[in-house]
Amino acid sequence: MSASMKPRGCQALAGAGLMTVAGSATAEWGLNLPVGVSPIANEAYSLHMLILWICVAIGVVVFGAMFYSIIKHRKSKGAVAAQFHESTTIEILWTIIPFLILVGMAFPATKALIAMEDTSNSDVSIKVTGYQWKWQYEYLDEEIGFFSTLSTPKDEIFNKVAKNEDYLLQVDNPVVVPVGKKVRLLITANDVIHAWWVPELGMKKDAIPGFVNEMWFRIDEPGTYRGQCAELCGKDHGFMPIVVVAKEQAEYDQWVAEQKQGQATAAAESEREWTRDELVARGEEVYKSNCVACHMAGGEGVPGAFPALKGGAITTGPVEGHIDIVLNGSAGTAMAAFGAQLNDADLAAVITYERNAWGNDTGDVVQPADIKAAR
Amino acid sequence: MTTATAHEAHDDHGPARGLSRWLFTTNHKDIGTLYLLFALLMFFVGGSMAMAIRAELFEPGLQFVNPMFFNSLTTMHALVMIFGAVMPAFVGLANWLIPMMIGAPDMALPRMNNWSFWILPFAFTLLLSTFFMEGGAPAGGWTIYPPLVLQTGDAFPFLIFAIHLMGISSIMGAINVVVTILNMRAPGMTMMKMPLFVWTWLITAYLLIAVMPVLAGAVTMLLTDKFFGTSFFTAAGGGDPVMFQHIFWFFGHPEVYIMILPAFGIVSQIIPTFARKPLFGYSSMVYATASIAFLSFIVWAHHMFTVGMPLAGELFFMYATMLIAVPTGVKVFNWVSTMWRGSMTFETPMLFALGFVVMFTIGGFSGLMLAIAPVDFQYHDTYFVVAHFHYVLVTGAVFAIMAGAYYWLPKWTGNMYNETLGKWHFWLSTISVNVLFFPQHFLGLAGMPRRIPDYSIQFAEFNMISSLGGFAFGLSQLLFVYIVFSTIRGGARATDEVWDNPEGLEWTLSSPPPYHSFTTAPEVK
Repeated sequence: MSASMKPRGCQALAGAGLMTVAGSATAEWGLNLPVGVSPIANEAYSLHMLILWICVAIGVVVFGAMFYSIIKHRKSKGAVAAQFHESTTIEILWTIIPFLILVGMAFPATKALIAMEDTSNSDVSIKVTGYQWKWQYEYLDEEIGFFSTLSTPKDEIFNKVAKNEDYLLQVDNPVVVPVGKKVRLLITANDVIHAWWVPELGMKKDAIPGFVNEMWFRIDEPGTYRGQCAELCGKDHGFMPIVVVAKEQAEYDQWVAEQKQGQATAAAESEREWTRDELVARGEEVYKSNCVACHMAGGEGVPGAFPALKGGAITTGPVEGHIDIVLNGSAGTAMAAFGAQLNDADLAAVITYERNAWGNDTGDVVQPADIKAAR
Repeated sequence: MTTATAHEAHDDHGPARGLSRWLFTTNHKDIGTLYLLFALLMFFVGGSMAMAIRAELFEPGLQFVNPMFFNSLTTMHALVMIFGAVMPAFVGLANWLIPMMIGAPDMALPRMNNWSFWILPFAFTLLLSTFFMEGGAPAGGWTIYPPLVLQTGDAFPFLIFAIHLMGISSIMGAINVVVTILNMRAPGMTMMKMPLFVWTWLITAYLLIAVMPVLAGAVTMLLTDKFFGTSFFTAAGGGDPVMFQHIFWFFGHPEVYIMILPAFGIVSQIIPTFARKPLFGYSSMVYATASIAFLSFIVWAHHMFTVGMPLAGELFFMYATMLIAVPTGVKVFNWVSTMWRGSMTFETPMLFALGFVVMFTIGGFSGLMLAIAPVDFQYHDTYFVVAHFHYVLVTGAVFAIMAGAYYWLPKWTGNMYNETLGKWHFWLSTISVNVLFFPQHFLGLAGMPRRIPDYSIQFAEFNMISSLGGFAFGLSQLLFVYIVFSTIRGGARATDEVWDNPEGLEWTLSSPPPYHSFTTAPEVK
């Protein structure tokens, strides 16, 4: 690591010095906004560069005058202070000129903004819901939907193994979109405010409970584009990435068909009777992807913030109470209503797991049918 | 005649001895000193949190703190720096300087002055004690957005109560400034003859009185949402989480100017002194300050371009925000014109003032970029924003406070500070602060969100550079503490004027000035 750092370090300093002209050296170091792969991202990029160069030009003039003065008009060089002050002409000039420059900036900015906010005539609509700490995607025209959570191994986060190149920017189920189609996102949240952002798609939008925000993009090149939640949403705010995979139409259609098939299989699973071992095994998986962030791997929770499940009043109390809180959540706390997030089989499995893990040993078995009845 | 004698005898008593001097003082200089020392202490408390943040971000992966504690650190760092360091430092400067600058013996409301200071240690004890509570310190960001902040543990009511106390303290301080300036100016000192530091503080004080109650209202609504079953900001109960953001930033944006207008004032005092040339456009500086203050009330939603406002709203807030560049530009142009064909020397206060002009302007440029809504959709909530507001707050506000401290310290103590060490402090701070914050522009543009405890490996190099700059900047400030305290304890005698023919009534007093600044009002021509 440190051996490879050195030459790159020099490159960085050179790049930092040239901050704006280092366009070509940006790939590895990421000095600048990405040009992006959606029309609005290109628009944002060119607007960004325009304003940046205007600022650089103004900076050169202002700092140039200032440093000229600092070098030339110093007492040690025998400079004698002129006593001029107040000039209405100059004051008016340096009010009007910046104003005109601003008007010049406002025109392209207004044009870009109007284009970005135009979500009409979209081809695909996806509802995006932010949860603590994962994203849900529902394809409104296809009746498919799934959750997308971080898939970076914990060992990489805790520095036990080397980090892979997509560290913290990888998920179990990426959101798949067709290329060349205008995709409209309908963005909301279930608990706290999140923000959906993939830099190469050109904008971010807040996901706010009770509101549905819209944004759009159109990707012309197949590829994988990565981003992150951009609004502080609690403990694992840094651990809810977004991965968008753009596929050719035919591949996209095939993916949609697979998703539908998978959902049908999952629905059938909820209809049958499960054995205790099956439930516990499945429940452990569900627990790892949905519950572990707050209640921790050993069920010990976080004192004062997230209650312990190990020996907890709910996990060792009546089954009905346990099913109720998992299904409906707990108002005013971070405990979400998982009834809306998981199917009957997963809920039954995770509740069975929680009632039998970490020495809770209640021996209870909750079947998918019990969940169905409690809904 | 007898009254005059009695008055002189009254003057001679001087400060009380021991602790009671500081606890019960109603003297503007003592209270100013308390404010400044308190601010310095909080600067280090908030700074040590920043050091922990930069240590965690030195490398990717989770090393030192868990994510929840990391969020507490960013939240508390901001609250402590804003309400504990920058604002009290400016109030301390106001206390010390306004009576001396307008030819008054003291502040108009001395007992309230004492109270407004002594609230602060209690407020911050409450706030900092939350680190030891179940559920940890507040971790929802200093912007305390619901619904997230409603998930705070036992700390929640302490947070709200601490903010209330800080608000009460600020409002009382502001009232005192307004009353003093409007009523206690020396004969002949018309409004348009007041030093710019006094002008900027007068406008700041009105901003404080206007917006601190708004913040108080917002946090009270949070309190009732959490404990009394209201649903102001809870969508499930018919409330509106975005409404909180509107109310918060209606406070928050003027608050930003509360932290920068007095800095403008300080720099406008210092540059003419060391350029040996009057400020280029005094009245346009006053009008520019007033314009900025006015605009600060109609731009708040530029902090929330991504919440999904209607297009018309986004356009309005974009245009209004861009307009701020005009009066701010007028200020920068004025400072540069003041230097133009001056006879400049570069003592430490001047160095910090020049550093302020350059680096605040860089922060201004990134501010202009952030104003452009269609690109702000990319910048928003990234390290680009972090870089921007640290340029205006650290190299802006904090550098101006340090410039002011070096400029007036000889007047306050009667001793000259060590010029060589002062210059070292300036250069170490300036280099390290740029290593610290400049790479954060790149991080933000490349896509690193703010407020994350861990990041993908593409951000590793700049984070490491930034952290190294951060540690160096933090260490450099220890030098400042040493310089200040060694100047208080001794050093070369300062003359009454201290500098080469500086302008202002404070320089007509002795160094250090008498306990009651002007017992006889000076005549201002």
